[in-house]
Amino acid sequence: MVNLIVIFMAVVLVNNFLLSQFLGVCSFLGVSNKMSSSVGMGGAVIFVMFIAELVTWPIQQLLNKFEIGYLQTVVFILVIASLVQFVEMFMKKFLPALQKALGIFLPLITTNCAILGATINAINYDYTYLQSIVYAVGAGVGYMVAMVLFAGVREEKLWDESGVPTPFKGVPMVLISATILSLSFMGFTGLFQ
Amino acid sequence: MEKKNNKLAILLNGIIKENPVLVLLLGTCPALATSSSVANGVGMGLSATAVLICSNIVISILRNVIPDKVRIPCYIVIIAGFVTVVQFVLQAYVPSLYASLGLFIPLIVVNCVILGRAEAFANKNNVIDSALDGIGIGLGFTLALGAMGAIRELFGAGTLLGITIIPEQFTIGFFGLAPGGFFVYGILIALLNAATKGKALKAKSFSCGVCPMYNSCNVAEANEEYLEKKGAEA
Repeated sequence: MVNLIVIFMAVVLVNNFLLSQFLGVCSFLGVSNKMSSSVGMGGAVIFVMFIAELVTWPIQQLLNKFEIGYLQTVVFILVIASLVQFVEMFMKKFLPALQKALGIFLPLITTNCAILGATINAINYDYTYLQSIVYAVGAGVGYMVAMVLFAGVREEKLWDESGVPTPFKGVPMVLISATILSLSFMGFTGLFQ
Repeated sequence: MEKKNNKLAILLNGIIKENPVLVLLLGTCPALATSSSVANGVGMGLSATAVLICSNIVISILRNVIPDKVRIPCYIVIIAGFVTVVQFVLQAYVPSLYASLGLFIPLIVVNCVILGRAEAFANKNNVIDSALDGIGIGLGFTLALGAMGAIRELFGAGTLLGITIIPEQFTIGFFGLAPGGFFVYGILIALLNAATKGKALKAKSFSCGVCPMYNSCNVAEANEEYLEKKGAEA
């Protein structure tokens, strides 16, 4: 149990997917300009991470059994892509409310490197089934935390745009503020061994 | 002669005018994660280039065969196949690079530069042009990663390609760590802005429109719904 909590907290805070491992940065910088979409995207990522991990871990065992572990990349991306499609159809039919909240972000997630990264990482770390699921959910939660924090910074315009030197306006300033957020997360380094 | 110029333009387009990392703001994940040293950055760039050239060629050959509706899954399968090949080659011949790039080699599959070029170029152009585009964009990607790697390695570890240049007591560890990646990327774009008076940057801000999947990821009415909602909010 303690082990599971450590895995969870470590991936939320210390090895945060966005801020220290650079997984899913494209969507982080793309969607974080609005708080509402950040929350939706975060929720969708947690959800997809969970179901993706649920499915890919047994598949890897199957691949290992037939000694075709090298097909990991091809199989995982296909499984995740079709899974997202399937879940979207399922939600549309049976859970329209959930579909409305998360559905618009689901197609975006198929090619999000955070999902594929989490599933491959869990295999590389030799986690058990339960551990890898906790790891994946933790990665999703960490994603959401970073996303919401950064959306707060960007939406509230915590810097005075008129004081920014011209070449830094826009994109560079977003990156510099991401630097500071990432720097603050560095404070968690060494929290768990 | 006209035709030859045209080919050269396609090749150069990717290196300067449409540099994927610095101008189009694509492939940010590998750009930030693997640019902690020159060797890693260039290694990552060349691996992605190899995949990009091969996938561009194959997708261009198959562009009239693949049904439009399922093109994205088809592209992903083709790209994933080549990524697996690159993975094997690196593991066999440069195991040290394979170890230091780690997770980011399989993640070339979801690199938006590669999928973006398949969608924007290879499925509309002939084989030779697509191959040239792959080389150009790939070199641009490699160049950007190499530059970021050089800056981060020089200031972060005091070395360039492993040769010590700045004595250890004067190095700034920050550059080699995660925040340094965001920082150097921001500074490079700002320098580019300053040098070209803001004209170079194609993507003016980070938004969903930057993503090459933007027009195709809305598999169903998802995107319409999204745009409607956006319109209602605005």
